[in-house]
Amino acid sequence: MKALDHSATALYDIPGPRTERRHKLYGALSTLLVLALVGWIVYLLFDTDQFTYTKWMPFQYKGIQELLLRGLGNTLKAFAIAAVLSLVLGTLLAVGRLSDHRPVRWLATLFVEFFRAMPVLVMIFFIYVALKVEPLPALVAGLTLYNGSVLAEVFRSGINAVERGQREAAYALGMRKTQVMGHVLVPQAVRAMLPAIISQLVVALKDTSLGYLITYEEFLHAGKLIASNLDYDLPFIPVVMVISPIYIGMCMLLSWFAQWVARRQRRSPKTEAADVAPAEPGTLLPGVQ
Amino acid sequence: MNVLTDNISTYWKGFLGTVELTVYASILALVLGFVMASFRVAPVGSFRALGTAWVTVLRNTPLTLLFFAVLLGLPRFGLVLPFTVFAVLALGCYTSAFICEALRSGINTVPKGQGEAARSLGMTFSQTLTTIILPQAFRSVIPPVGSTLIALAKNSAIAGAFSVTELLGTYKTLSELGYNIIWTFVWIALGYLVITLAISAVFNILEKRWGVAR
Repeated sequence: MKALDHSATALYDIPGPRTERRHKLYGALSTLLVLALVGWIVYLLFDTDQFTYTKWMPFQYKGIQELLLRGLGNTLKAFAIAAVLSLVLGTLLAVGRLSDHRPVRWLATLFVEFFRAMPVLVMIFFIYVALKVEPLPALVAGLTLYNGSVLAEVFRSGINAVERGQREAAYALGMRKTQVMGHVLVPQAVRAMLPAIISQLVVALKDTSLGYLITYEEFLHAGKLIASNLDYDLPFIPVVMVISPIYIGMCMLLSWFAQWVARRQRRSPKTEAADVAPAEPGTLLPGVQ
Repeated sequence: MNVLTDNISTYWKGFLGTVELTVYASILALVLGFVMASFRVAPVGSFRALGTAWVTVLRNTPLTLLFFAVLLGLPRFGLVLPFTVFAVLALGCYTSAFICEALRSGINTVPKGQGEAARSLGMTFSQTLTTIILPQAFRSVIPPVGSTLIALAKNSAIAGAFSVTELLGTYKTLSELGYNIIWTFVWIALGYLVITLAISAVFNILEKRWGVAR
């Protein structure tokens, strides 16, 4: 939010009275334009009869509500399992990448790089179609492999971002590597990494919607079932208008939580030793970790 | 091996489909992302609000939901276009939010003094932006934009599941023809690796040529 502060940007000076007036004019014009656009969309919605009673009727029925709630529950279930498993896998892979043994390190690196470069959907389809796994395990496995690999990178860069002096001091005190990791580096790194980890979990939550494509009965799938019902005059647009705020709202809540944690940590003296950038989705550029 | 040699034309068509989607969606995402980033750093409040809303909503939208809404929803308003165009629209808009954030943080890395010095030399806003700020921002923005475009190439696989001609979609044709499904996927995976590695090679060159460590 640096740009919101007039003095904090390199782009322009604090506007004078004439510029201020000009800016207000631009602001009013653009607001009008956006309002006109919104009005046009609303007009289109009415024009194509999206607010008829038949199309919105299904949402009153208990069965339909339960169908939607079950879908939402399945989405959250897939997310919860995938989140826990990818944290575990990420930890394992990070340990592998930080290992002192070269073969372990290479193996972990190969694994991480491969799964970060592969589209999640290709993995999910491979597990679902080629290995003939049920939709839920296929979805969870795909999400775990991808997010686990990305999280491994986050963990590794977090541990590496802890000031070098901390590690050196710990070794100088005669601690073993496990002790250095467990007592000194990991506690400091985890605090600094927390926002990046939560941001990655948002990605996992968003990607649970891929389950729709392999007929996992999640939220979007429930919506599709209702939307293709002829009895209610194919209420596709109403379904989208109900589903998307819930989906986007969930992801936004999690994102805001990540930002809140990040803001809190910026003030906290405990995380001074490490500064971790949010995870980039699969950087393949060597040297730009 | 014969899965590839027997179906080279199917694979090639799918590969080209993915490349096409990636290229067009990248162009849309870069243009839209640039516009939104300039909105987000603009001095006018309502521009900033618009940019922020665009980024916040799109970044938190599952891409499948966006595809679902755009590919199946827009035709209900009488807007009938080829599915590929819809897919480019959805992918481009989605990615533009990430490009916007990359560009904005790039602009924010340029030290404040640069703009102040430019203005005190009497440069206008557009001169400051185009000759001082953007060239410097461009240098630090290469790696994040690269990884965003790689993510776009990977996300284009979702379009295949919505019956757009695309690399992942080829598995359906091939499995109907009775080919070994595992090998089918191995070649598909290789196709994606080729595309993502190509993008990363291009951005590596850009980074070597113009990048600076900040």
